[in-house]
Amino acid sequence: MWRFSIALALAAAALAQSPKYGVGRAATPEEIRGVGAIIAPDGTGLPEGSGTVAAGREVFAANCVRCHGEKGVGDIGPQLVGGQGTLATAKPVKTVGSYWPYATTLWDYINRAMPFDKPGTLKPAEVYAAAAYILNLNGIIEAGQVMDAKSLPKVKMPNRDGFVSDPRPDVGRPDAGKKTAR
Amino acid sequence: MKEQASRRRILRMGAVLSGGMLATKDAALAEGQLGTPLGPYGERSTYEKAVRWRRDTKTPETGSSFTPLADSVGTLTPSSLHYERHHAGIPNIDPAAHRLVIHGMVERPLSLSVAEIKRLPSVTRTLVLECGGNSGAEWAAQTAPDVQRSFGLVSCSEWTGVPLALLLAEAGARPGATWVIAEGADACRMERSIPMAKAMENILVAYGQNGEALRPAQGYPLRLIIPGWEGNTNVKWLHSLKVADQAYMARDETSKYTDLMPDGKARIFTYQMEAKSVITFPSGGQKLPGQGLYELTGLAWSGRGRIERVEITTDGGKIWVKADLQEPRLPIAFTRFRLPWRFDGREAVIASRAVDESGYVQPTREELIAVRGVNSNFHFNGSKKWRVRADGTVTNVEV
Repeated sequence: MWRFSIALALAAAALAQSPKYGVGRAATPEEIRGVGAIIAPDGTGLPEGSGTVAAGREVFAANCVRCHGEKGVGDIGPQLVGGQGTLATAKPVKTVGSYWPYATTLWDYINRAMPFDKPGTLKPAEVYAAAAYILNLNGIIEAGQVMDAKSLPKVKMPNRDGFVSDPRPDVGRPDAGKKTAR
Repeated sequence: MKEQASRRRILRMGAVLSGGMLATKDAALAEGQLGTPLGPYGERSTYEKAVRWRRDTKTPETGSSFTPLADSVGTLTPSSLHYERHHAGIPNIDPAAHRLVIHGMVERPLSLSVAEIKRLPSVTRTLVLECGGNSGAEWAAQTAPDVQRSFGLVSCSEWTGVPLALLLAEAGARPGATWVIAEGADACRMERSIPMAKAMENILVAYGQNGEALRPAQGYPLRLIIPGWEGNTNVKWLHSLKVADQAYMARDETSKYTDLMPDGKARIFTYQMEAKSVITFPSGGQKLPGQGLYELTGLAWSGRGRIERVEITTDGGKIWVKADLQEPRLPIAFTRFRLPWRFDGREAVIASRAVDESGYVQPTREELIAVRGVNSNFHFNGSKKWRVRADGTVTNVEV
């Protein structure tokens, strides 16, 4: 099977050794920057810049409100605000405030995917500001707080501890099913 | 002259074989008329009408389209009918300008062109691809009337590409590297975190589907193919692989594709698609023309490997009978099942359940709900019941 030949190839390509095939070329710093920011929960990847809740209100009005509604109550786009305390009820409302475990995800997603019809056009300061405003609407940060590469990863989201790892198979003869895919 | 006459005879024979009177009305077969000229890229018969069904969305660039499973035969899905799920439209990428960048915790950050990737040792595998949200409406019984709209976010193709493990070895992952963050070149730069263990196991960086290049809607020119894992992780239009020491908690692995349980906790990184099957004939929206013999048929698959057994009930779940399975049964691929059945004009509730090589048995909807409630949205793999009414019409019991 091909898996075994790959395992052999990997064993041969010890870290310090030269690559086996030598195809491709060294990625340039420009190329790596060119794929865009990718943000980790510890803040890795966050750029310079900062944004206030007040500035975020302006960014939101100009770019977000037409889909997400006034104060993020939802319209064409999803509801961004509210729902805290509903996850264990019959009608859970999953929003940034009630469900999202990391504030860094908010920055990452606004930066890469929003606004929907012009993704990737907001400047880092505008993304910080929009994130600050949405967090403030959810009662997660105070109106005076400033979001930047240091403060954003420190924001403790209400549902941070709301996720558990995959226990499946949990149904369908759970004693079986542990075998891995090929 | 003689050749032409015999050709015409063959055409007439074809007309008789393919349905007699109707076919002879075809203009191409009329006396003294030729058929259409040869073409450079094939089209199906104008008489074939099966198409994907697209759920209405407020923004046409997002949404999903469903494979017409009831019209499928065999075990492969034509690329043109493969299900789709897009978040920001389909990019039109020039492969000559496209590069895959491998960076982060690697010894040698790499930039590869599509042509360079095609020079590397390739692998071809037939694999099922299923959206993590397929049949998600079944949880709350707000499902659709037919098999396409209720179960159609699943397809099976032959994929060709280069092992991701090979590319990561070329770049030289550093000690402590435990995740790979994959990103697409679509407008929203779709992003998912993949554990390094899976990246080294059997993931493909694919450029081929069903004997030709990927279709744009399937990630042209490069995409991830992750055997057995939910479709969303199979990042299309792949342009970046960042090797890292943590999961990046992307929107599509936190806000979406997580399974909310009745206690308010949500399961995260529920990547694997479990064993599932569905009867495609007879299925919702169809009508049996009368009593008599029919062949029940459908599709079974499992993200854990090969399908070992499929059982069918025609009495609502009291008696289960083993169906015939089409060989070869490939791991993590569609397996076609069949069972002759005599419809005697009495109402019947029919369903199938699959057992995979790990011994996992496809559960009923009720068994799933007993554990997970009705708000988990994703990864529904319950057995699907269709009701065959006395008049031969077939409905979704949940509708």
